[in-house]
Amino acid sequence: MLDYATLKLAWWVLIGALLIGFAITDGMDMGVGSLLPFIARDDGDRRVVINTVGPHWDGNQVWFITAGGALFAAWPMVYSAAFSGFYMAMLLVLFAMFLRPVGFDYRSKIDDPRWRNAWDWGLFVGGVVPALIFGVAFGNLLQGVPFKLDDILRAHYQGSLLGALLPLLNPFALLSGLISVGMLVTHGAVWLQMRAGDPVASRARWIAAALGPLVALAFAGAGYWMWLHIDGFRIVSGPAHDALPNPLGKQVVRAAHAWFDNYQAMPIAWAVPIVGLAGPVLAALLSLARRPGLAFVASALGLAGIIGSAGVSMFPFVMPSSLDPNSSLTLWDGCSSQLTLTVMLVAVLILLPVVLAYTVWCYVHMWGRVTTQDIAAQSHSAY
Amino acid sequence: MIDPTFVELSRWQFAITAMYHFLFVPLTLGLSWLLVIMETVYVMTGKPIYKDMTRFWGKLFGINFALGVTTGLTMEFQFGTNWSYYSHYVGDVFGAPLAIEGLMAFFLESTFVGLFFLGWDKLTRRQHLAATFFTALGSNLSALWILIANGWMQNPVGSVFAPETMRMEMQSFSAVFFNPVAQVKFVHTVAAGYVTASMFVLGISAWYILNKRDLPFARRSFAVAAGFGLASALSVIVLGDASGYELGDVQKVKLAAIEADWKTEAPPASFTLFGIPSQANKETYLQIKLPWMLGLIATRSLDTPVVGLDDLESKFEGRIQSGIIGYGALSKIRGGDKSPETRALFDAHVHDIGYGLLLKQFVDDPAKATPDQIKQAAEGTIPEVWPLFFAFRLMVGFGFTMLFIFAAGFWLNARKRLEQNRWLLWLAFAAIPLPWLACEFGWFVSEFGRQPWAIGEVLPTFLATSSLTSGDLIFSLVSFVLIYTALLVIELYLMIKYARLGPSALGLGFYHYETGAAPVAAE
Ligand code: HDD
Ligand code: HEM
Ligand code: HEM
Repeated sequence: MLDYATLKLAWWVLIGALLIGFAITDGMDMGVGSLLPFIARDDGDRRVVINTVGPHWDGNQVWFITAGGALFAAWPMVYSAAFSGFYMAMLLVLFAMFLRPVGFDYRSKIDDPRWRNAWDWGLFVGGVVPALIFGVAFGNLLQGVPFKLDDILRAHYQGSLLGALLPLLNPFALLSGLISVGMLVTHGAVWLQMRAGDPVASRARWIAAALGPLVALAFAGAGYWMWLHIDGFRIVSGPAHDALPNPLGKQVVRAAHAWFDNYQAMPIAWAVPIVGLAGPVLAALLSLARRPGLAFVASALGLAGIIGSAGVSMFPFVMPSSLDPNSSLTLWDGCSSQLTLTVMLVAVLILLPVVLAYTVWCYVHMWGRVTTQDIAAQSHSAY
Repeated sequence: MIDPTFVELSRWQFAITAMYHFLFVPLTLGLSWLLVIMETVYVMTGKPIYKDMTRFWGKLFGINFALGVTTGLTMEFQFGTNWSYYSHYVGDVFGAPLAIEGLMAFFLESTFVGLFFLGWDKLTRRQHLAATFFTALGSNLSALWILIANGWMQNPVGSVFAPETMRMEMQSFSAVFFNPVAQVKFVHTVAAGYVTASMFVLGISAWYILNKRDLPFARRSFAVAAGFGLASALSVIVLGDASGYELGDVQKVKLAAIEADWKTEAPPASFTLFGIPSQANKETYLQIKLPWMLGLIATRSLDTPVVGLDDLESKFEGRIQSGIIGYGALSKIRGGDKSPETRALFDAHVHDIGYGLLLKQFVDDPAKATPDQIKQAAEGTIPEVWPLFFAFRLMVGFGFTMLFIFAAGFWLNARKRLEQNRWLLWLAFAAIPLPWLACEFGWFVSEFGRQPWAIGEVLPTFLATSSLTSGDLIFSLVSFVLIYTALLVIELYLMIKYARLGPSALGLGFYHYETGAAPVAAE
């Protein structure tokens, strides 16, 4: 058995990896969905766009589901406090995501322009709303979430309904939301360059070229804003890392620039935001150079860098509390028991490589540009 | 303290979203295997009609699958959004099967299902069959893991309460995996899914035969469904009986409630075929009893008594008393008391902590509960009897009805006398809703019969909620109902439209609506 502290750290890395996996795969589908009504105007082109992700969107969505499940198993306190604390936001994500399975599957089953148009907008909502809210959620994590734990570790929050939702939509969080939408749309546009025929592919090239630099700019801006105005959290005293998880056992203070502590302590950590900056810019340049394969790699690295930056800045916090900083959840005290973390680590180490292997197999076998001719030839079976 | 209206709303929301989810799940579980069977015949014989069958029933599969996924999304996150204290209290045990379900089952099912729909031209025959097979395997594995999770809620083995972290912690993963309740639930539930899919295919095929449409296609589909359905209906009954036996062992309250056994009967207990239970008078009126049967089902013996609700209730009152002591010791430990005496006291009563928590519906500190409140909490350990009593009997009744239809269909089909027996075809068509009703009643028995516990004898339902407001819950509940109902209407519209079109929906040019004439053979 690994020792407890190492296990806890391994799970921080794994949850991060699952979130990044989610952004690269399902995030791509959300980007494609957000572009759908604009990048393709007639039915033939729209079906091209949809069928580039048609065989894969459901498998990709499982990254989201598994990230949820893994959070439950590895960080039950976080699963419990985050999803109920962000109740209204979570509902909006779910309602928007409902439109995707039905949008993909039902849209082309009836040959009526109003029907198809309605589902196209459904796919748009199912792409853009979750992308926005995930970014907003990260923006709020960085500012701290208004919750506190009582003596039996029950989480309590402030506000209900709009009173709980509106404070989440503050300017910094909205900027984070825009970064999230921007990076996923760029990513989706890069995918379309690889898999769609023209005119969709060439439109996608211009979109990626224009958006990539904007994402990098906004990301740098958010970092500067954080330096100036967002107080970070710092642990001043607390139990050892391998102690039994007790979120109330530590002393936490808020301090200006505290979110930059880790970079000061370990300058190599700057590599993460640098990748986050370089990724979208390179994706844009490689799109212009008509190298969509490489652009995809760059864009995926960019996603990893941007998400990773939030993680590295907050480390070891995962859900800081603005209401009662001592209630904040960290990777050391919001996690499961040693046995559960071990069992789950073994499960992931065995199962994830298998999943990756057959996922690649499926992508390889379905590869090839989707064109309007293909769609016309299979109009009864294609999406 | 927790507002009872809020708890009610949370329960309604979970029940409604779960029951919606389970409208789509059973068809996926069973139809995926029927597709594997049809496609295997196609790959082995090369007869195109079996490919058409796979593709047509696959279309209906897809229409259902989309909503299975949609409603499943809610389930995955609902423990966090609405059962937040539950998630904290048992996440260490309960989260693991859910996460493994994602990794082992959902990935498999969802990655290959896209190839099933869209890979006909890109894959070889064998590769495509493999994709179909992995979709079926994945969906059935998902049932395995979720029922391990659900089985643990009914019978929380392999774990212990840890005062330092204030939650249940896993002691043995294999005990959770091999939980006998989970095992019987898994086999009974997937068999129920197979019955559902068989009834679906059988009923729709019967309708084509009645209308003399696409006969070669319809007869073959009917034959596959009748064979698979007969085997599944037999299994669901045998395995349902195994569930009953398990209940007699670990969930005595549920069993006694299903049976409306108010008092312990001298063995061998009889089975109440029908009656009208009254909670107030603790009496069942107009009973029709089958002697000895219950003793056999629940204990597999003729000399072990089946404990009645009255005796159970008074036993629980004792456990509540013990739970008060346990909770007192727990509070001291959490307050920093490290003395071995407190620890010993705690260890002696740890198994009754859950019963102590029952009092938190009345007072914050269980030690302050009045004798009246203790009495009331003990009464609350017995669920409402009549809904369980009737739901169970309806499930069983539908099970035997379907067994009859499959058996008759199988026999008449084997003797090539289907078309002459139109009554059976009509019956098969009319029986399409039965498996869904049986499944919903089954879940109702299983989940309502577990009340007042979210985790059996460990965590009361009212305590398991999130700290939200009734306003939040009204908003979400109304939204779920509206959105789900709208989606269900759309789903049913498409399902009926495509079922009526039949194989003509494939656009191959030679099925009923494409020839505009009498049915044309496609062999
Ligand atoms: C993994 C856990 C799990 C699984 C597989 C299921 N349930 Fe359940 N069920 C719960 C976990 C749960 C729960 C979270 O624990 C609830 C909420 C309130 C409660 O006591 O239990 C619950 C309540 C609940 C109720 C309401 C009981 C009441 O409050 O009186 C019904 C009718 C169902 N469920 C039905 C279902 C159906 C149709 C399921 C099939 C998909 C299902 N359950 C699967
Ligand atoms: C309450 C617990 C449950 C949770 C959290 C849950 C979660 C989910 C999720 C997230 C999906 C979508 C997966 C995808 O995208 O492919 C799903 C679908 C599915 N679930 Fe559930 N589920 C629950 C109960 C059940 C039960 C009890 C069964 C079976 C016995 C089951 C069987 C399935 C199947 C077969 C699917 C595939 C989609 C379909 O039904 O058409 N689920 N579930
Ligand atoms: C005819 C004989 C049947 C018997 C004796 C039987 C018995 C049972 C019992 C005792 C339970 C409760 C298990 C528990 O709470 O742990 C149950 C649950 C259930 N039943 Fe049945 N059943 C029968 C037929 C059916 C049929 C025909 C279907 C559907 C097609 C069905 C679907 C279900 C489902 C979905 C559940 C909930 C899951 C579970 O607890 O296993 N049952 N059944």
